[in-house]
Amino acid sequence: MNIHNYEKLWLVLSMVLIIGFISTVVYGATAVGIEMVNDEGGTIDSTALEEDERFSEPRVEKVGENEYAAYVVARQFIFEPDPIEVPANSTVTFYVTSPDVIHGFEVVGTNANGMVVPGEITELTVEVNEPKEYGILCNEYCGGGHHTMEGKLIVVPEDEFELGGQSDE
Amino acid sequence: MSEQLESGAPTFLDKFPDEAAVVRAALWSSFIALALGAVFGLIQALHRTNVLRLIDSTDYYTVLTAHGVLMVISFTIFFLVGLFTWATVRSLDREVVDIRYTWTWYGLMVAGTLMAVVAILGGFVPSLNISADVLYTFYAPMQAHPLFYGGLAIFLIGTWLAGADWFRTWWAWKADNPDERIPLQTFMVLTTMMMWYVASIGITIAVVGFLLPWSLGIFDQINPLLTRTLFWFWGHPVVYFWLMPAYLLWYTVLPTVAGGRLFSDPLGRVVFVLFLLLSTPVGIHHQYVDPGIAEGFKTIAMTNTMFLLLPSFLTAFTVVASVEHGARQRGGTGLFGWLRALPWRDPAFTGMMLAGLMFAAGGFSGMINAGMNINYLIHNTLWVPGHFHLTVGTAVALTLMAATYWLWPQLTNRRLYSRPIGLAQVVIWFVGMGLMSNAMHVMGLFGVPRRTAEPQYEGFEFVTSFGSITELRLQLAIGGTLLFISTMLFVINIALTSGSPKLSGLGEPLSEPLSTADDSPEILDNLKLWFGIAFVLVILAYALPLASIISRGGILGPGVDPVPMIVEPVVATIEPTLGRLAAAAGSVVA
Repeated sequence: MNIHNYEKLWLVLSMVLIIGFISTVVYGATAVGIEMVNDEGGTIDSTALEEDERFSEPRVEKVGENEYAAYVVARQFIFEPDPIEVPANSTVTFYVTSPDVIHGFEVVGTNANGMVVPGEITELTVEVNEPKEYGILCNEYCGGGHHTMEGKLIVVPEDEFELGGQSDE
Repeated sequence: MSEQLESGAPTFLDKFPDEAAVVRAALWSSFIALALGAVFGLIQALHRTNVLRLIDSTDYYTVLTAHGVLMVISFTIFFLVGLFTWATVRSLDREVVDIRYTWTWYGLMVAGTLMAVVAILGGFVPSLNISADVLYTFYAPMQAHPLFYGGLAIFLIGTWLAGADWFRTWWAWKADNPDERIPLQTFMVLTTMMMWYVASIGITIAVVGFLLPWSLGIFDQINPLLTRTLFWFWGHPVVYFWLMPAYLLWYTVLPTVAGGRLFSDPLGRVVFVLFLLLSTPVGIHHQYVDPGIAEGFKTIAMTNTMFLLLPSFLTAFTVVASVEHGARQRGGTGLFGWLRALPWRDPAFTGMMLAGLMFAAGGFSGMINAGMNINYLIHNTLWVPGHFHLTVGTAVALTLMAATYWLWPQLTNRRLYSRPIGLAQVVIWFVGMGLMSNAMHVMGLFGVPRRTAEPQYEGFEFVTSFGSITELRLQLAIGGTLLFISTMLFVINIALTSGSPKLSGLGEPLSEPLSTADDSPEILDNLKLWFGIAFVLVILAYALPLASIISRGGILGPGVDPVPMIVEPVVATIEPTLGRLAAAAGSVVA
């Protein structure tokens, strides 16, 4: 088969570029340590969330030194709890599920972003830094009121944070 | 016939009048879908940017479903079946085996489309109780009317029968020409259809196995992750199903239009084989941030996706080399000076070149999507529609429109109504898409979501690192308006062509490649081999993820009830729409 020399050169350069792209992703996954949302969140009966002690009362819990778990329910057309309050400079793992249709969970302006599929629990761990307020929005169409589905993530100073603070207000 | 013109060669219509009629019918179906889709697209562009809101935001999703389905199912695939019929019959230089069979699959595709469109547009008529506001992806447990799933199934059957038609025609040809290589266009058609058959396994199981019986109430629970994964099993290769007609045109028509010859026939075959092999085992890259799928499966899909860049890189080389050859044949010289010698006044040429240029940009924004961990930043943001409006929305759509300016006279024996309008049309598209897609990409980076009627929230504002959201919205709206104008110019130009006088001798034979099929190994034409490998690759990529999803959630789901999208459009649509129109008119006058 005749392949022109320029074309051979082009082929080699293309392969170099492709391997370069793959390397950047591998670098992100290993050296930087960006984990993908995966299958470790487990499954759940989406018709009976109220019987599950994690999601019957959506909330934030302390699970370790500077580590928090946020149990979040995304449903047509709200997020619970709202707002989600966590202390600054901590590691937060979101566990998100849905009792109705597929939703998205996006903390606006960050790379915290995942799909929420009924029957599955989306597990997403993020590092939060200084105190700040973030918007949360649903980025997967979920019905006629989809555009109203929003929430808030409030990162409060460490000394002002108290568990269940959001429900006292 | 009045005058002798052009090359004097007979057109496709002269040689194959029966087939030309089917091709024209398929192309008209495609253009009607395009025009309707453009109306919906304009409504969306103005609505979500809050420039002009004619409809209730609930109905936005009906409009969006119609826009998606009409554009990427009806417009693209009707064009494909017309083009592939033309390409097969032309390159084999023989009629289809039975024209009644050809009309049958066309009829099925039309029937399926009408069923789905009735189900979707039913969303505007509350009293009808038929609705399919589930968007183009119809993720369960959102549930559409059974008519929607049934229409989709019938449409798909039509496309499979169409593929069988082209295979039959080729088999008949092969019996008469046992020692000849498959003509390049036919080779492209057949490999594309083999990819389509492999890809269809996913959607067929999803629609016929689960969604249709579920919507009919035969069972009441479903595993949403399973049907979603089956959707993307098909949902990625379908983008190559849209793209392959454009590739066929770039490889086999563009060199002739540029005044030259295809650089390499063998490389064209290699490219189509690569697409057959790699298009399907990548669908999980649409599910990078899905729960329930292990990271390893996502990594495999990512790697395959990156290698899928290769055939497009090869295409870029071959197309540019062929066009340069054309330019030098036309007297062009110099390192870049040859660009001036190209037929830039020809809308067919300029449109296809601009489409190719935008495809390069779309390819690189696609690499961000494909970059598994970078994708977190832009997943389901407006970046994503920004990306695919460059690829299917321009590389494909603009190529199909531009090629129509060349193809239509071959099918009608009439000259295009206006070449200057055609030239303006392709340039307006390029400018409009430049604005709209740029605004979408940038807003996506700032987190603005896709598929949302009112991406303006109460509790927070989007923070931009450059420019302002207001300016970007305006850019999007202006771009969308230009695209609408461009579409209308295209459809009107083609419609008015019916009034042009019939001429004879408009035929434009396609040039032969510089390097022909004889330079390539015979094994490239071994279709059974490639089909077998493609099938094995798909099983390797999907068997374990699907088994895992089923073992986690069960075949009918971990307890998920249907959520019918028989939405009650909150207010009756007509009255507020008239009110808003009046208000809008008032504000314009004032």
